[in-house]
Amino acid sequence: MTLFGTRIPMMTSLIFWLLVWEIVGQLELMFLIPPISSIFMAGVELVQTGSWQSASIITLRSFVYGMALAISVGVPLGVLMGRVKVIDNIFGLWVNMFVSAPLSALVPVLMILFGLGETTVFVTVFLFAVWIIVLDARAGVMQVPASLVEMGCSYGASRWTIFTKIILLSALPEILAGIRIGLIRGVKGVVIGQILVSVIGYGELFELYSRSFDMERFWALTMLLFVAAMLLSAGVEHFEKRIEYYAGAR
Amino acid sequence: MANPALVRSSGINPITTSDAVVQVRDICKNYGDIEALRGINLEFERGKLTTLLGPSGCGKTTLLKIIAGLVPGTSGEIIVNGRVVTGPGPERAFVFQDFALMPWATVLRNVAFGLELKGMASAERTRIARRYIEQVGLAGFEEKYPHELSGGMRQRVGIARAFAVNADVLLLDEPFSAVDEQNRRKFQEDLLQLVEQEKKTFIFVTHSIEEAVYVSDRIVLLSPRPGRISQIIDPMIDRSATPDDIRRDAGYLDVVEEIWQGLRQYAE
Repeated sequence: MTLFGTRIPMMTSLIFWLLVWEIVGQLELMFLIPPISSIFMAGVELVQTGSWQSASIITLRSFVYGMALAISVGVPLGVLMGRVKVIDNIFGLWVNMFVSAPLSALVPVLMILFGLGETTVFVTVFLFAVWIIVLDARAGVMQVPASLVEMGCSYGASRWTIFTKIILLSALPEILAGIRIGLIRGVKGVVIGQILVSVIGYGELFELYSRSFDMERFWALTMLLFVAAMLLSAGVEHFEKRIEYYAGAR
Repeated sequence: MANPALVRSSGINPITTSDAVVQVRDICKNYGDIEALRGINLEFERGKLTTLLGPSGCGKTTLLKIIAGLVPGTSGEIIVNGRVVTGPGPERAFVFQDFALMPWATVLRNVAFGLELKGMASAERTRIARRYIEQVGLAGFEEKYPHELSGGMRQRVGIARAFAVNADVLLLDEPFSAVDEQNRRKFQEDLLQLVEQEKKTFIFVTHSIEEAVYVSDRIVLLSPRPGRISQIIDPMIDRSATPDDIRRDAGYLDVVEEIWQGLRQYAE
């Protein structure tokens, strides 16, 4: 980016707002906004505490299990919906409904079903992530060019070969895009689930910090989560770019 | 009409030749209420290039896909090398209008794909694919991906893939329509060379009259709604002349004119 003819480094905007935050914090205008430097110090302390580490492990565990289930259910279901009309008719309405539904409202119901524990969080992650993965996999499979399938046919490929060597590979960019958005939604799911359950993982910590007005730690934890979500997304995006490169212009 | 470059058989049924690779018998095709093709009878001679020419909506691509076994006919049969066929087979290879290249695979893998599907060992199919990549003028592009190539080069990949499987019959569905004009001319010249070299039967679909006359041994004119054979023309063009001379040749221009007169009634 350039401004008035001079090149502005990438992180300028971020640094600028962090500076503004620091100044506002140092002026002690609001207890909600402590200086960024003390938030940073709190963050460094936080990651060394046992409570943070065990909360992280619980969070990570629910997230990984939820995502693994969401991907292993979502991708095959989406692919089937894209290929088989009957399955599409059966699930289409539900998937479209859930993908835009405010799932947070369901978490209290899940708590009744699965108890105040990790299972509820795990199911929340799954429910947040799975629908978009289904929809994207379906879209990917449906937009495979007809001529590519005909090409496979004309060179004697069996239906299974066409499916594995042409349809799946052709849909891969969309499937990956779905997984990336699913991961981001899964992060929301794990945090919302834990906050609503509020006795385990980060939910417990958030609850503790906000109740004791420990804003430094509260912000430090929030920012750690932001960074983690962004890194996760960037990681998948990096992988996606390599695939997009192959898929190129189509 | 005393045109030496024009031998015409205007009957609906062509002369039966003993050396027909592909025979089309009473093919009809309906899409619901719409009649796409009606009573098509044709024979394609070995080693010749036959063009299916007609205005859009005359079912020429449908007929080609029926011959390829990609689309089932409503009635009638397709006979290839004396055997009735109902689906695609290794004796026919198809070249697609939109190239149908796999965007995730290199030129080499795309060209070798037909052989890969046949279960040929990797080293063997790579060797064959390289040979045909060179023959279509793409040597040095083996490791490129389709999106790194121009439209013309992509279709060369499609043609190399069709040649690599060593089929008797090559079916080309408007292969040059997505290629720009300059490249199309070069392509037509290259195609003639390949016809000469490979001694295969070509069935070619196009809507360009000039292209049809330039490359074909025989032109089958189809009329639209429903698609029927309206005329069969053998443009006897001396192909020993240089491409530019052919395009200026009076016989060539007369055939173009003759076909245009036949088709202009369908032009909107």
